[in-house]
Amino acid sequence: MSTFRELDSYDRVFNFGNYDSSVSLSEYQQAGGYEALRMAIGNPKQALEEICRAGLRGRGGAAFPAGLKLKMMQGNTEKQRYIVCNADEGEPGTFKDRFIMNHIPFQLLEGITIAAILAGAENGFVYIRHEYPLAQETIKKSIAEAEAAGLLGDNILGSEFSLHLKIFSGAGSYLCGEETALLSSIEGKKGRPRVKPPFPIESGLWGKPTLINNVETLANIPSIIAKGSDWYRSLGTEDSPGTKLISLSGDVKRRGLYEVPFGTTFREIIDNYGGGMKEVFTLKAVNIGGSSGVVVPPEELDCPMEYGKCAERGITIGSGAVYVMDEQRSILGNVHNRVHFFLHESCGKCTPCREGLRQVNRIIDRVIEGEASLKDIDNLERFTRCMQEASFCGLGQAAGNSLISSLKYFRKEYENSCVDCVGKTAERGELC
Amino acid sequence: MEKLGKAVGDIVSELGPEKGSLLAILLAVQDASPESYVSEAAVNEIARLLNTSRSMVYSTASFYSEISLMPRGRHIVRLCINAPCEDAGKEEIRKALEKELGIKLGETTSDKMFSLEGVSCLGACNMSPAIKVDDKVYGDLTPAGAVRVMRELKEAAKNEHIS
Repeated sequence: MSTFRELDSYDRVFNFGNYDSSVSLSEYQQAGGYEALRMAIGNPKQALEEICRAGLRGRGGAAFPAGLKLKMMQGNTEKQRYIVCNADEGEPGTFKDRFIMNHIPFQLLEGITIAAILAGAENGFVYIRHEYPLAQETIKKSIAEAEAAGLLGDNILGSEFSLHLKIFSGAGSYLCGEETALLSSIEGKKGRPRVKPPFPIESGLWGKPTLINNVETLANIPSIIAKGSDWYRSLGTEDSPGTKLISLSGDVKRRGLYEVPFGTTFREIIDNYGGGMKEVFTLKAVNIGGSSGVVVPPEELDCPMEYGKCAERGITIGSGAVYVMDEQRSILGNVHNRVHFFLHESCGKCTPCREGLRQVNRIIDRVIEGEASLKDIDNLERFTRCMQEASFCGLGQAAGNSLISSLKYFRKEYENSCVDCVGKTAERGELC
Repeated sequence: MEKLGKAVGDIVSELGPEKGSLLAILLAVQDASPESYVSEAAVNEIARLLNTSRSMVYSTASFYSEISLMPRGRHIVRLCINAPCEDAGKEEIRKALEKELGIKLGETTSDKMFSLEGVSCLGACNMSPAIKVDDKVYGDLTPAGAVRVMRELKEAAKNEHIS
């Protein structure tokens, strides 16, 4: 606790300013905003090098190296290209992109503009979910202001670069956060995923090369270029440089959005940023990475938030949602809620996800009703593995991941509800 | 019928009669509808103007949960149903809203004033439990607070009616 200090304002990638309002264009420029765009226009090669050296990785969940993606775009000879900002933030427990769009819209627009210049894209979309009308309004207004100031549109800052950016509204589909489903959605189709490869950088919107990045990834770019990759790498760890926006919710004293350097442990996030548990109850479990993430017990919380170390322990950082549950919460209730969520959001394209979720839902209903047997729990695990391994896209695979983690750490809670487990309850400890 | 054709026609020509505009067209048609939905007649008209099949338009429209193919109330009350809101007291909020409005989740009041829907994560988990009424999010809600929001809307509608 004594070694903890929050990041200095200079060391923040995101300066949200006052949470109650949005940072205006003039305020943003006064604080050094759009300096990075000037630098990128002056020396695009250097700008790309900085992003690569900074080791920036995708913040939407997949953690793909952002610099490498840009380089791959440059390797494509097709002239017509697109940039898409994925602002379809639908992962339950996540609200970072909403904060970025509502409070620092110009930092996001500057990041998109720089990425578009490096990727050679002259047209682009910001795909914002329909549940965020304020963000849509703020970004729309900010695009118009940036265009009027010569920071967007034709010949940006008098250069040969142009970018025409439009808002595209989602319509309430979680799956559209998956990049190929998002592209289908922009093309006016159902938001169902496509086979990869080809990846969007080769064949994206209307078959043209398309750079898709998450809001947070793009909003990192101006700070990296303006302050340099050495500064960026001084935050975080060797494996995962920089910071991550953490959406902290649940039974902690201070719920909210925090910018946390990589390498911080999950326990520190809960205790130092969140101020510890809200009431007298003790911590029971933490859901990391939203609905598609994992549920872990307190023993796992000393793991540092770092891509490599988390992967070793089977923790997915995902979108950076950290949902804290105290001892009053039921793991089965939480899992039940998540299975319902995935069942609703599954597009029905592939059998493992569509039917797997239906079967899993039936079993969990039975477990909750106290009608399941231990054999059902084994079946549950089997179906879950099948979903993990055979689903077409990330949705079904992630649904499996989140279930497997609860079975791994909290199997007792499932088994204690089983009919043929009654005799063993006493020796197995408390009934949930 | 004539009037509907015109409104849909205006929206389509404004957004461009291309398949890529379909989702935007559907949302705009829904926003323009006094009952916040895309009617069967509107689906037919969009298909005709986009020179595509009705099933193609219907397939897109029915896929997205923010697009309704059934008439809805003037105010759409969306209750977040995901885990953080669930644990923070979503059930109490649901019961209070259902009692106050006299409808169940997924229904519309007979005076066509309110529709009550469940929604997947409003991104307001820092202030759960949360609901969204039309475009406004209300967080850190209590059942009494949720009822108060509904009563204010009823009151506002009544005053509008008088004036």
